[in-house]
Amino acid sequence: MHEETVYDALTNAHDDAGHWAFGTGFDEPLAGVDTTVPDGVDPADLGVYCLMLGDDALVLAQRLTQWMTNAPELEEEVALGNTGLDLLGQARLLLARAGSVGVLGRSRSLATASIPDEDALAYFRDADEFRNTGLVEAENGDFARTMVRLLVASTVRLAVFARLRESRDPVLAAIAAKGVHELAYHRDHAARWVLRLGDGTPESHRRAQDGVAAVWPLMADLFTATDVEARLVAAGVAVDPAAVRDEVREVLTTVLERATLTVPPWPDDVAPRGREGRHGEELTALLATLQGLARQHPAATW
Amino acid sequence: MSTDVTAEGGHGAVPTGPEVPVEPRPRAVRRDWPLYEVFVRGKRGLNHVHVGSLHAPDDEMAVHAARDLYTRRNEGVSIWVVKAADITASSPDEKDPMFAPSGDKVYRHPTFYEIPENVPHM
Amino acid sequence: MSAPTLDRPAVDETALQAQFDATIAADHRVEPRDWMPEGYRKTLVRQIAQHAHSEIIGMQPEGDWLLAAPSLRRKAVLLAKVQDEAGHGLYLYSAAETLGADRADLTDRLIEGRQKYSSIFNYPTLTYADVGVIGWLVDGAAICNQVPLCRSSYGPYARAMIRVCKEESFHQRQGYELLMTMMRGTPEQRAMVQDAVDRWWWPSLMMFGPPDDDSPNSAQSMAWGIKRHSNDELRQRYVDMSVPQAQVLGVTLPDPDLRWDEESGHWRSGPIDWAEFKRVISGEGPCNAERIARRRAARDDNAWVTEAATAYAAKHAEGHAGAVA
Repeated sequence: MHEETVYDALTNAHDDAGHWAFGTGFDEPLAGVDTTVPDGVDPADLGVYCLMLGDDALVLAQRLTQWMTNAPELEEEVALGNTGLDLLGQARLLLARAGSVGVLGRSRSLATASIPDEDALAYFRDADEFRNTGLVEAENGDFARTMVRLLVASTVRLAVFARLRESRDPVLAAIAAKGVHELAYHRDHAARWVLRLGDGTPESHRRAQDGVAAVWPLMADLFTATDVEARLVAAGVAVDPAAVRDEVREVLTTVLERATLTVPPWPDDVAPRGREGRHGEELTALLATLQGLARQHPAATW
Repeated sequence: MSTDVTAEGGHGAVPTGPEVPVEPRPRAVRRDWPLYEVFVRGKRGLNHVHVGSLHAPDDEMAVHAARDLYTRRNEGVSIWVVKAADITASSPDEKDPMFAPSGDKVYRHPTFYEIPENVPHM
Repeated sequence: MSAPTLDRPAVDETALQAQFDATIAADHRVEPRDWMPEGYRKTLVRQIAQHAHSEIIGMQPEGDWLLAAPSLRRKAVLLAKVQDEAGHGLYLYSAAETLGADRADLTDRLIEGRQKYSSIFNYPTLTYADVGVIGWLVDGAAICNQVPLCRSSYGPYARAMIRVCKEESFHQRQGYELLMTMMRGTPEQRAMVQDAVDRWWWPSLMMFGPPDDDSPNSAQSMAWGIKRHSNDELRQRYVDMSVPQAQVLGVTLPDPDLRWDEESGHWRSGPIDWAEFKRVISGEGPCNAERIARRRAARDDNAWVTEAATAYAAKHAEGHAGAVA
């Protein structure tokens, strides 16, 4: 064997083919972004808002990850993996931002100092400190329900992030600017599937309609601002969830109609639940899996 | 002892078990999605290059699956997909008369011409 | 309207065989529509399919830790890695399909136990250190096996392997980095790493297959250029690579006979317990049934999704034709 190392053999023998196996241009998303909290903004509010957006991404990423090794086709495993990774990336930036402005809740009393903020927040908060909506914490159900939920969640998030690019907080603006491209793709992907399932076979149509029925009520508390959001909206930092409702409704109606699905009555607004830390059993179970190992070894470094 | 294992295949030892030959089958309709060939333009200024294939239910899903599969590491700026069944190939055998005749036309190649070394920019 | 069919010169099988032999002898690549001996094609389909199956089944042992990865960075790394394995499976099925195989059919064969996958994936992953050790040792051994396959005589396989190997180098490095981090952590973590090394070292050596004098199929595969080095050569190379890596890491490889042989300049390992290995490969591995059941469920429980997309495509086919300029 003439190769010096296994990797040398790769570069030596295949210079001509080398260009496509690795791309270039991986950017640090927050490079050069000013991290000071804007004037007139309460850092505690900003931190909580970052938790809301970060927890949505983290919990939905965890749900999508449940499909890995179980997806309908291998191509779909890869697609769901990409979506999960995008959301995980958004979650990490947002949780790190929450930590950097000092919002760590009880997590810091449980996590050792060597654990980074993003992990202290992800692994050492209890369910009542999570600020995600009920939409993302609900079980996946079958592939149709998973795709309907992804359609709704990414439509809402895209509408919020598109506006958040104008936030007075430069970090949120930068995270949103990166996120909109990812979310637009997630929304497209989910919409393509909802079309195919709704307008596919009788069975897939039935399942898609059932998925819509299960997901629609979860939108009830999405469009009412919490007090924290209301203050940040006034400060030019956050997006008022009520402001995206019409856009979301229009997108969802268009997709469902094209998919030959019946659009259920729009749910009446209710007061925020998940955003205020009120969650059901489904989140408790999800967190037990997510956090179990890290909490068994609170002094460990990974 | 262990004559029933082999190291073929990249992850090493695989039990061979009873030999089950795989016959070529016409890629006919079953429940499966059609096969698409994927071509990626690595960066501006380069041709699209064939990178592999995948299965997808239709053209639109194929191009998105290709994006997810073949450009996970920023490998491309543009993607083409085409149903494998729609490709017309030169012939069943790539070493055949269609290519043989040009193989001897060495005068098409720049190295055929001897130029003195002191001639610049040649 | 079509041109009249003209007779072409009769094809002489002996001449085709001679041309194939010359291609192999010159170390040129065989391409999909070249004539090839039936044995070559069958062996390749089997080899590539087994390799593809191994990638797909190989998602599971580590995939079991995806939801519980102990930091967000590790979760992202592992998700990217498991996703890569799905990708590698796809590249390889893609190569097998150039030989006339059909992916759905190969998947059926896997699920029905008519085609196999690497037995290494029938061992369970008991702690998170296993994720690191799989990256370091199992992927390390796979790289030793796979890099020579980048020069496989069959073009599509060689090209798929180049891509796989480049991506695989990230897999090995993330595993080793995880282990280094754990070795700098708590005593409990160090014990987890050593325990995982104890469980995976011997199986990783067995990944290279039986000793050369007991490997009857190798000669033909070597002659065809679809196997480039003997099992023992590759195993030796792997041992020589791994021992210094273990030293840097600070773990002990579970082989009391392991010693440096000054004369040959190689590390020599003790005898391999092939009887244990045979138990695992004959389907008595702890996880065999579970691994296959998961693939079967993914296929059967979601068949309605695949069918729905096919039905949708059929309904909308007319509208689509000619839409692309």
